[in-house]
Amino acid sequence: MLGLNFRDRSLFFIVIALTVLAPFILNPFPSESSLAQFNAGYPDLMQRFVIFGIFAIGFNILFGLTGYLSFGHAAFLGVGSYAAVWVFKLFTYNVLPAIILAVAVAGLFSLLIGYVSLRRSGIYFSILTLAFAQMSFALAYSVLSNPKFNLTNGETGLQVYADDPQWLHRDSLPDLPHLFGLSMRSNYQLDIGAWTFNFNVGYYLCVVIMLIVFYIAIRLFRSPFGMMLRAIKSNQQRLNYTGLNSRPYTLAAFVISGMYAGLAGGLMAAMDPLAGAERMQWTASGEVVLMVILGGAGTLIGPILGAGFIKYFENIFSKINDQILHQWFAFLPDGLEDFLVFIIHPFIGKGWHLTLGILFMLVVIFLPGGLVEGGQRLGKLFGRRKKTEDAAKDAANTPAE
Amino acid sequence: MDAFILQVLNGLDKGSAYALIALGLTLIFGTLGVVNFAHGALFMLGSFCAVTLQRILSLSYETIDETQLDFLGNPLKVKSTYIESWLGKDVGLAIIDWSVPIAILFAIPVMIAIGVIMERGLIKHFYKRPHADQILVTFGLAIVIQEVVKYYYGANPIQTPAPDSLSKALDLGVMIGFDPNAIIYPYWRLIYFFFSMTVIAGVFAFLQFTTFGMVVRAGMADRETVSMLGINIDKRFTIMFGIAAAVAGLAGVMYTPINPPNYHMGMDFLVLSFVVVVVGGMGSLPGAVLAGFLLGILESFASTAWATSLLPGINQIIIYLVAIIVLLTRPRGLMGRKGVMEE
Repeated sequence: MLGLNFRDRSLFFIVIALTVLAPFILNPFPSESSLAQFNAGYPDLMQRFVIFGIFAIGFNILFGLTGYLSFGHAAFLGVGSYAAVWVFKLFTYNVLPAIILAVAVAGLFSLLIGYVSLRRSGIYFSILTLAFAQMSFALAYSVLSNPKFNLTNGETGLQVYADDPQWLHRDSLPDLPHLFGLSMRSNYQLDIGAWTFNFNVGYYLCVVIMLIVFYIAIRLFRSPFGMMLRAIKSNQQRLNYTGLNSRPYTLAAFVISGMYAGLAGGLMAAMDPLAGAERMQWTASGEVVLMVILGGAGTLIGPILGAGFIKYFENIFSKINDQILHQWFAFLPDGLEDFLVFIIHPFIGKGWHLTLGILFMLVVIFLPGGLVEGGQRLGKLFGRRKKTEDAAKDAANTPAE
Repeated sequence: MDAFILQVLNGLDKGSAYALIALGLTLIFGTLGVVNFAHGALFMLGSFCAVTLQRILSLSYETIDETQLDFLGNPLKVKSTYIESWLGKDVGLAIIDWSVPIAILFAIPVMIAIGVIMERGLIKHFYKRPHADQILVTFGLAIVIQEVVKYYYGANPIQTPAPDSLSKALDLGVMIGFDPNAIIYPYWRLIYFFFSMTVIAGVFAFLQFTTFGMVVRAGMADRETVSMLGINIDKRFTIMFGIAAAVAGLAGVMYTPINPPNYHMGMDFLVLSFVVVVVGGMGSLPGAVLAGFLLGILESFASTAWATSLLPGINQIIIYLVAIIVLLTRPRGLMGRKGVMEE
C-alpha cells in the first residue's frame, strides 16, 4: 500500500496518528490544574511544531542524505514568507496560491544559490551558504527596503495593509488568510470535563501538507535517487571515479530541501500574514541544524522529533520561573529548596538557549545519531524490541557515516 | 584625496579586528585541522575580560562622612574604591581610568587558560570526527559561552571607555599637509591598529624565529613525520590553541572602547572572520591578515555616501559578495597553498 514497505508504512501511520490527534496528546492536563503549563495544545504552538517539522524534514534531505551542511537554509524560509505575503498583498488572502508561489520562488532562489555554492564542498560549502544567507538577510533587512523600491519593508516586516490592491479579493471572503473561505484562524474548542481541546483549521492544513511532504520524503529516501545521495555522502570521490557526475544530484537535493524550506515559510505566512528579515538570519539557520542533529540526521522520523522537541521545550522552559520551581520543590527543606532553585535558575526562563546549547553539545559528543540513536540504544539496553517504531527507525537509520 | 585616506583609515580598525580573529582561526585550522566556530566567542570573552577587570578595579565600599551633609541633612555616604584607599587617590583613579590597557595583562593568562582547557577538554576528542561534527560541537560551545555571558553580564552593551587622555581625536590631516579638520581620527583607533600590528608581528616572529615556532611550523606541514621524530607535537599544538585564543582575546580587549561589548558580538564577528579566512586562503597566515585588512577597508569604502547612494546597502553585503566571487574564481583564496582543504 502507498508503495511503502511494512516498516515505513507503520512509521507513516504513527506520524499520521500523532499529528492528527495532537490536540489531545499535547493537552494531557486539565486546563485549571497546576500542570496546565505543560500543555502545548495551543493552535499557534502546534502550527509551529508542524511547520518547523517540514523545515527540518527538508533540511534532512540535504544534510542527512548527502552530508552537505548548509548554514543558510533560513534564507529560503524567509524568501518563501515574503513571496506568500506578496500574494496576500497583491491578489488574494487564499493561502493556496500563496503557498504554491512560496515554494516556487524558494525553489528558484535555492537553484541559484545551490548552483553557485555546490561547486565547493565540505567546510567551504558551509561558509558559502552562510555568506549567501547573511547577504540575503542584509538585503532583506536594509537594501531592499528603500523608499524607491520597497520589497521587504525592512525592520518592520512585510505585512498586509488596508490599502493594498488584493485584486482577487471579494467582500464575502474573510479578511484573513483562508482556504476558499475557511479562515485559518477558525477554531473549534471542545470541552470535556476539565479538559479543553482546540481544533484549528490552520493547524490541520499544516498537518495535511506535512503528511504529504513527509510521504514524499519517505519515497525519496527509498528511491534510487536517495541511494545516489547516500553514495555521495559515503564516498563522493569513488562515485566520481565510476564516471558519475554527482553535482546534478546534490543540486537536486539542495533545491528540494530549499523548496521544503520555502513551503515552511509560506505556511508560516499563511498562519500569520507577516514576514520579517529576522527569519533569514543565520541563527535561524543554526536552529534547523540543531533540530535535525538533535532528532537524528539521516533518519526519517528524526527531524520531526527534533523540531517538536526543541519547539516544545522552548515553550515550556521559557514559561517556568523561580516561583514555579519553588512550588515544585516545596516538599524539600528550605535550604535545599533554595539551593536547587538557585542551581536550576540559569537554565530556565530566558536561559533556555543555554540549556539548548548544552543539550546540543552533549548530543553531538555522545549521540551523533541524535534522539533516534538514543532510542535505539535504550531499546537494545532493555533487550526487547519495540516492534513497529524501532524497526522503522532501524530501517531509516544509517547515521553519520 | 583626503576622503580616500580617511576611508582607508576608517577601515583599518575593523580590518585589524578581522585580521586578528582570522589569524587565530587560521592558526587553529592550520595546526589542529579544526574549524572553530567558537572563535568569535573567544573574541567576546576577551572583551568581557576588560569589563571584568574594570569591575574588579572599581569595587568600592561605603563610608559615612560626618563632615558633609546631603540635601536631607543626613550625613553623606561616600563611595570609595578599595584601590584608591590602598594606593592613594591619584594612582587609584589613574589605574581605573587605564583599566582597558591593563586588561591586556589580565586577559593573556586567562585566555590562554581558556584555550588550553577548551582544547584538552573538548576539541581533542574531535580530531578524528568529520568537519561537520567539529563545526557543530564548536557551534554548540559558542552558544553556551554566549548564554553564560548573557546570564552574568546581561544583554545590554556595556560601556567600557578608553583612558581619558586617549579618548580624543587626532587631526592627522594637518600632519601630512591637508587642511585642518580634513582627516580627524580618534587616538584609540590608531592605537588599535598599531596594537594589532604588534600582535601580528609577534605571532609571526614567534613562529619564525623560535625553536618552538619552527617545530610548530614543521608540524603544520607534516604532523606525522614530526611526531615520529619523537617530538610531542600534540602538546605544542595545544599551546598554539591557547595562543590563538589569546590573540582573539586581545583583539576583544582592545576593541571594547570602539564597540561596547555585548554577548552576541562574537557571533557577529565570527561570520565575517570566516569569510576573511576563506578569502585569504584556508591555512595561510599572511593571507588571513591581508584579507582582514583588505575587507575592512573595502567595507569602509562601501559605506561612504557616494557608494550607498549608488547602490543602497552595499556596505552590508560587499564582504559576502567579494567572498563569493573569490571562492568561485579562485577557490584557494588569495594566498592559499595548494592542497590545503581544496575540497
